[in-house]
Formats: sequence, C-alpha cells, structure tokens
Amino acid sequence: MAKVDRPLSPHLQIYRWYLTMALSIAHRASGIALSFGLLFLTWWLVALAGGEESFARVEWWKDSFLGVLFLFGMTLALTYHLGNGIRHLIWDMGYGFEPEVAKMSGQVVLAFAGAATVLIWLVILIAG
Amino acid sequence: MQLRTPISHIKGLGSAKDGLGHWTMQRLTGIGNAVLIVWFLISAMTLAGADYQETASWLASPVTAGLMLLLIASAFYHVKLGLQVVIEDYVHHHGLKIAALTAVTLVTLGLGVISAVAVLKTSFAG
Repeated sequence: MAKVDRPLSPHLQIYRWYLTMALSIAHRASGIALSFGLLFLTWWLVALAGGEESFARVEWWKDSFLGVLFLFGMTLALTYHLGNGIRHLIWDMGYGFEPEVAKMSGQVVLAFAGAATVLIWLVILIAG
Repeated sequence: MQLRTPISHIKGLGSAKDGLGHWTMQRLTGIGNAVLIVWFLISAMTLAGADYQETASWLASPVTAGLMLLLIASAFYHVKLGLQVVIEDYVHHHGLKIAALTAVTLVTLGLGVISAVAVLKTSFAG
C-alpha cells in the first residue's frame, strides 16, 4: 500500500502517564514474564522426575542469587497478574469502570501484589 | 449485503468466527489458574527447605498430582492464548506472525505434555 502523509492520531508518547495505563501494560508484561516462570516449573518437574541428582541441580540454581532474583520477580509478577486478572474479571461483569474506581482498584491490586510477595518470601525465608 | 471488499473476499481475510471461544477460554483458564495458583503458592511455602524425598512424596499423592496436572493444563493454555494476542498485536509481517503463532502453539503444547509426564512419573514412582 502506498504511504500517504496524513496526520496521525496521537500515540503513546503524546500522553501523560497515568496509573491505569501503566497497570494495563504491566498486566501484559507480567503475563509475558510468567510464561518464563512456567518454563522454570517444567524444568523443576522434569528434574524432580529425573531423580535426586537432577533435582539437586535445579535446587542449587533455585537457591543461587540469580535463582532467588528470578523467583522473587516471578512471585511479584504472579501476585500482580492474579490481582489484576480478578480486576479484569470484575470489569467483564460490568463493574468498576468509573475513573476513580478504576484508579482505586488499581491501587488495591498494587498493594495486594506487594504485600503478598513480601509475605510469601518471609515464610519461605523463615521456613527454608 | 456484502460488506467485505472483493479483494479481502478472494484472500479469505476477515473474522475467523472463533473470537468468542478465545475470550471465554482465557477467562475460564484464568479462573482455574487463580484457584490452582493459590494452592500452589501455599504448597511452595510449606515445601520450602524440603529435600528430594519430601518433595517427591508430596507430588506422589493423587490429589497433589491431579491438581498439578490441572494447573499445567490451565496455565499452559492461558499462556498460549495470551502470547497469541501479543503476537497478533505486534507482529505485522504475515509470514513471521504465522511462524510465531505456530511456534507458541506447539511449544506450549509440548512443554505442557512434558510437564504432565514428569508429574505422572514422579507420582507413579512414589
């Protein structure tokens, strides 16, 4: 198709960033990140099925600095995607579209993700 | 009334008529994930510090193995649907898009089956 020089409607960089917009992109980003988390789950399950030796290898990586960093990020992405997914389901039912409500529910999701991640890691660090 | 242009009609472009199925399954697997991941997170917390034997016997229980298989099916399906939309949104080159969609479908299916077999192997051995 021939390229026509027409004025374009304003794109992303034109707008001031606001919370609901950032959270919408974060939902997609955390979803993409979590597909790598599933990759780790597969590795972990296969290693467990492989026996003591292969399981020790995955556990070693899991407890390494990189592994902890990865799993901490995954926990944050997971709790966020979970909370925001429920927010999406409520929207699907037709509730919560008012700008103030959407902003407030976004703040609730952020608080939930942060608190749940900290709580989960406190338990893991104390128990482990 | 024919609303499509003759060229799109010839090329067979347009709605595949399966958008609702995609939408429904994304929600259904999303709800499944929400329930199963809470179970999984609680399990992960109780398993913290567990050795190979304890972890293997945890997965050997039929309830655990069953829930794990459901989580694998629901999560991989959800990832497939999600990545599909991301690719459809951002990959505009037709050939590349078809290749990426095919890869996502096959890789998620493959990894899902591998994970499921791993669960079954641990479960039946324990």
